[in-house]
Amino acid sequence: MAGKTLYDKLWESHLVELRDDGTALIYIDRHLIHEVTSPQAFEGLRLAGRQPWRRDANLAVPDHNVPTDAEERAGGVAGILDPVSRLQVQTLDDNCEAFDIVEIPINDIRQGIVHVVGPETGATLPGMTVVCGDSHTSTHGALGALAHGIGTSEVEHVLATQCLIQRKMKNLRVRVDGRLGLGVTAKDLALAIIGTIGTAGGTGYAIEFAGEAVQALSMEGRMTLCNMSIEAGARMGMVAVDQVTLDYVKGRPYAPTGALWDQAEAYWRTLHSDVDAVFDREVVLQAQDIKPQVTWGTSPEMVLPVDAMVPTIEAQADEVSKNSVKRALQYMGLHGGQAITDIKLDRVFIGSCTNSRIEDIREAALVAKGRKVAANIKQAMVVPGSGEVKAQAEREGLHTILLDAGFEWREPGCSMCLAMNADKLGSGEHCASTSNRNFEGRQGIGGRTHLVSPGMAAAAAIAGHFVDVRELGGHA
Amino acid sequence: MKPFGELNGLAAPMDRANVDTDVIIPKQFLKSIKRSGFGPNLFDELRYLDEGQPDSDNSQRPLNPDFPLNFARYQGAEILLARANFGCGSSREHAPWALTDYGFRAIIAPSFADIFHSNCFKNGLLPIVLHADIVSTLFDEMYATEGYRLNIDLQAQTVTTPSGAVYEFEVDAFRKDCLLKGLDDIGLTLEQAPAIRTFEEKWRAQSPWLFDVIK
Ligand code: SF4
Repeated sequence: MAGKTLYDKLWESHLVELRDDGTALIYIDRHLIHEVTSPQAFEGLRLAGRQPWRRDANLAVPDHNVPTDAEERAGGVAGILDPVSRLQVQTLDDNCEAFDIVEIPINDIRQGIVHVVGPETGATLPGMTVVCGDSHTSTHGALGALAHGIGTSEVEHVLATQCLIQRKMKNLRVRVDGRLGLGVTAKDLALAIIGTIGTAGGTGYAIEFAGEAVQALSMEGRMTLCNMSIEAGARMGMVAVDQVTLDYVKGRPYAPTGALWDQAEAYWRTLHSDVDAVFDREVVLQAQDIKPQVTWGTSPEMVLPVDAMVPTIEAQADEVSKNSVKRALQYMGLHGGQAITDIKLDRVFIGSCTNSRIEDIREAALVAKGRKVAANIKQAMVVPGSGEVKAQAEREGLHTILLDAGFEWREPGCSMCLAMNADKLGSGEHCASTSNRNFEGRQGIGGRTHLVSPGMAAAAAIAGHFVDVRELGGHA
Repeated sequence: MKPFGELNGLAAPMDRANVDTDVIIPKQFLKSIKRSGFGPNLFDELRYLDEGQPDSDNSQRPLNPDFPLNFARYQGAEILLARANFGCGSSREHAPWALTDYGFRAIIAPSFADIFHSNCFKNGLLPIVLHADIVSTLFDEMYATEGYRLNIDLQAQTVTTPSGAVYEFEVDAFRKDCLLKGLDDIGLTLEQAPAIRTFEEKWRAQSPWLFDVIK
């Protein structure tokens, strides 16, 4: 019999019941909750007179709507200026109180983007099933967990039953051989993978990222990579447990200690695909071919190396791609054949659950050190992913480097990733952003998002346009 | 949830690939803490000429005359014809809520994004996958025929066109059953409570570090 993939193992260990029709009842170990997708779920529980199945499986934190401006933030929930945002955050507080669920409130030092907070607090552990009403829950797969986003009905379902009705996905391994070059990061790798397999390439699959380049990534890098699985169409992405994982988890507040740690570690060490495991599909990339990436269009698959030219409509093979390139060029205000490095920028955003961890801030600071943000950049903001990341960066003096260079140093939250709070792009503005989605209007109506790594974003802020961070120097 | 029987409904177009959930329901409307009332803001950025806000009076806003759902001939549509990878992007369930609140009961496309696809079933909205060529044919016929209605029979898993062409579609047996009966997922799962408890006790014994930590 063939060996098992990591996904097979995680799936089988959580199987409560397999039904005749192929659907399964899967047990959920950790449910993370934020203010946007939970109110209707709690409303549903209330309407049906139901209670949470297991309170200690849940952890809530507001992130999407919290202001990242220090002054506005100082007023706590009551100080949130936008009444609708305030209502959502307040509703989360009220629901957690009513249903006795642990919440990290707005101005707690541990507050931050739910996908940063989970691993950082040890609420996410290897071998778990982790769900959250947010598609970037795939991030947590970096720890060797089975983690994916769910809709609000499923949030209610998990709250009430601790289970989900699922169908097993197929296995896709994305293997990256060799090592990434200097100045080429997990973000570039994620974008290059999406550029290769397309935004629907992973649909129906659970992705395991493997190979030398993936193993060489830090935990932060692996989270960046798994975070963007959903942009490749896969609900979940994961990386096998190794020493890097264990070192990261050890000592986290919610992680086991003592004899329990030893027991957990022994189990976690089995969380990798067997050598003879069979994948339904495998994609192989060569790490040394990957350069720093920039998206030029309105879908993450519209991505190119920084030294490339924006594609022309004529060069497209068929009508559908001609149309989509045409539409994207029009929306982005670009013309085919234009060098990526000629794209002028208005704003720079370093943050989001993709790139707001300490390593990302370090990467940006390294590039910014001793330099100044270009005059044509209206705003360059750095938004740490959590209060803990912010505090760590401040201990390292990174905020001073960034502030001296002319960057804003914000309070933690989702911020301009989706522009639900006050941080938004103006119409027609180009933004170098470390977030994960460059859809039309994602960062503000008419806004033009270019996805890049933190180092590339910082370099773009300094140059005023895209440059290869490796030419600017100072990169890791 | 409303049971889904047979549907004979007017079809309307959303004629482009990769329609993401930001297009279906723009993010400013996600701030609502309710489940209903999203219909007037379905496809908001395409449908209106101005920028919609949650507190806008939608009846007073300028409509985009070029957007098909604003055409007189598509008013009252219950079936949406769409292209590949419909519903990609975020997991927001507001997307099916907006579609059903508007009045759609079924969507026909060559493919759907995974999360959106499962969210549809949970909200009594039937996503139907037909081959891209068939979908193109339906688009052509719809454009050529005002008042183009399709008949969807979930029990038989068929879509029938006005000319009598019958196309079969696949649907997960469990989802089909729930939709036909209008069954609530949670109630169904809670019938398995003893099995869940048994699993939980076994799992707790095996992985005690997963329990009673967040308190
Ligand atoms: S940072 Fe962006 S992508 Fe991540 S959870 Fe927040 S809004 Fe979603």
